[in-house]
Amino acid sequence: MKRIALSTCILSVLMIAALVIAGCTDSGLVGETRPTTLTVFCAASLTGAFTDIAQAYEDKNPDVKIDLVFDGTQALRTQIEQGASPDIFVSANPKHMDALKAAGFMENQTVFYFLENGMAVIIPAENTAGITRLSDLAKPGVKLVIGTKDVPFGSYTRQVLDKMAADPRYGQEYKDAVMANVISEETAVSSVVPKLMLGEADAAFVYKSDVQPGDRDKVSQIEIPEEYNVVARYPLGILAESDQVDTSADFIKFVTGPEGNAIMVKYGFDPIEQTQ
Amino acid sequence: MRERFGENGLILFLAPLIILFLLFLTIPVASLFLRITPAAFIESLGNPVVLDALLLSLGTATLSTCIVILMGTPLSYLNARTTYPGKEVVDTLTDLPIVMPPAVAGIALLMAFGRRGVIGEYLDMFGLQIAFTTLAVILAQVFVASPFYIRQARASFEAVDRTFEDAARTLGAGRLRVFFRVTVPIAWSGLVSGAILTFARALGEFGATIMFAGNYQGRTQTMPLAIYTTMQGDLNDAISLAIILVIISFGVILLVKYITRRPI
Repeated sequence: MKRIALSTCILSVLMIAALVIAGCTDSGLVGETRPTTLTVFCAASLTGAFTDIAQAYEDKNPDVKIDLVFDGTQALRTQIEQGASPDIFVSANPKHMDALKAAGFMENQTVFYFLENGMAVIIPAENTAGITRLSDLAKPGVKLVIGTKDVPFGSYTRQVLDKMAADPRYGQEYKDAVMANVISEETAVSSVVPKLMLGEADAAFVYKSDVQPGDRDKVSQIEIPEEYNVVARYPLGILAESDQVDTSADFIKFVTGPEGNAIMVKYGFDPIEQTQ
Repeated sequence: MRERFGENGLILFLAPLIILFLLFLTIPVASLFLRITPAAFIESLGNPVVLDALLLSLGTATLSTCIVILMGTPLSYLNARTTYPGKEVVDTLTDLPIVMPPAVAGIALLMAFGRRGVIGEYLDMFGLQIAFTTLAVILAQVFVASPFYIRQARASFEAVDRTFEDAARTLGAGRLRVFFRVTVPIAWSGLVSGAILTFARALGEFGATIMFAGNYQGRTQTMPLAIYTTMQGDLNDAISLAIILVIISFGVILLVKYITRRPI
């Protein structure tokens, strides 16, 4: 009995080894027909848009597979600094892209700004807290969710509130009252909207692109006027270690081309017109 | 003599495996300490995020462990000593949080105690809100960490030799007295190690907490949440917090092991 178990064990090890070897030789021999995989590290706020864009690109280019990894920009930056090697990095914040550029992780001349986004306040459709204007956010008892000060959407939220505090129509008391209503500081926008849809929060500061087209009936938006709003600019670029520069460049061209732009507009972003 | 040699041979044979495994466990922990300078570590300690998270974590994990002991001991005793219909179901139910991904536990807790939750809806009518409070942190920890104590406690009660209890009973001791003076002392080391595991699990709880209690400094931001949050900003703070968490966990477990190492 024991012998049978042992031989099965050895057999399965051999089979796995055979598979691994077959896999290696396969890629070496017929590299041209094998689909190329492009790994894209992408800020969490782009989840919906980039999923659609990647799908559209794959439909047009069956030999390319796009692997998307979504997370907070800082988390992605840390992963790259600690050895992860995607082909493309899409950042929600210039700071993190600049840090990677300075440290030599990026192919610097490929990095450019391609997208703008702004902040908005979102509220659940039921709106039990009765929030209709920005001033309602200061009412006592409103449950507000924002980002931590270290993630881009959290720091933009504080910038918006600072601008409002500087305006005598709102004032410093407004900012203090709003901050006192914060029940949770999230590290990624992707975890904010569910809290709202579950009815656990009354309002949240997020990007205006954060309400996915499918959720528009469950969540509504209050616009933040331009004078208080901030413009978030998204850079993207190719990693220095990428060995698929041509495919990467082609994908980026697609993202910033008419089809990619149309998808991003659908998700509430403002694509930046490219001159070249 | 031959017997002795055989044993040594076995140890010699297994030693590389054991050493390799211990290295695998030690190197990542040691690497945490090597990634940061002592000066940067001490500077991080001055960051209020670190102190708030430390106090909150210790407080909530201690309370959670007390609640688990209080609520879990009767159940484990019952399951160890009696049979009743549906016992296996109850047993499986108490084990369930171990296999549940913490995020699932977090969603489940929100569905139950959230503002629109099955129970939370009624609590809300009385102005009582649990989600996103320190209480939510404790509930999440109790939910996720309780199986570790309950399993261990049940096994320890089962292992107690009933003749000691019977002897105490024939000598005129009441049931409660027998439980506290005979059963618990005999099962003591098992109960304590179960409680340590629960405490350690509560201290490390992340997924259910961030889901159900949110992330707010000083209120619901325990150490694992603070580590995750500071990683978005200053990596040094995150590493310092991680080091403190490792030291505390290691220290607490080691301390309790020494305290309870009395011969029985």
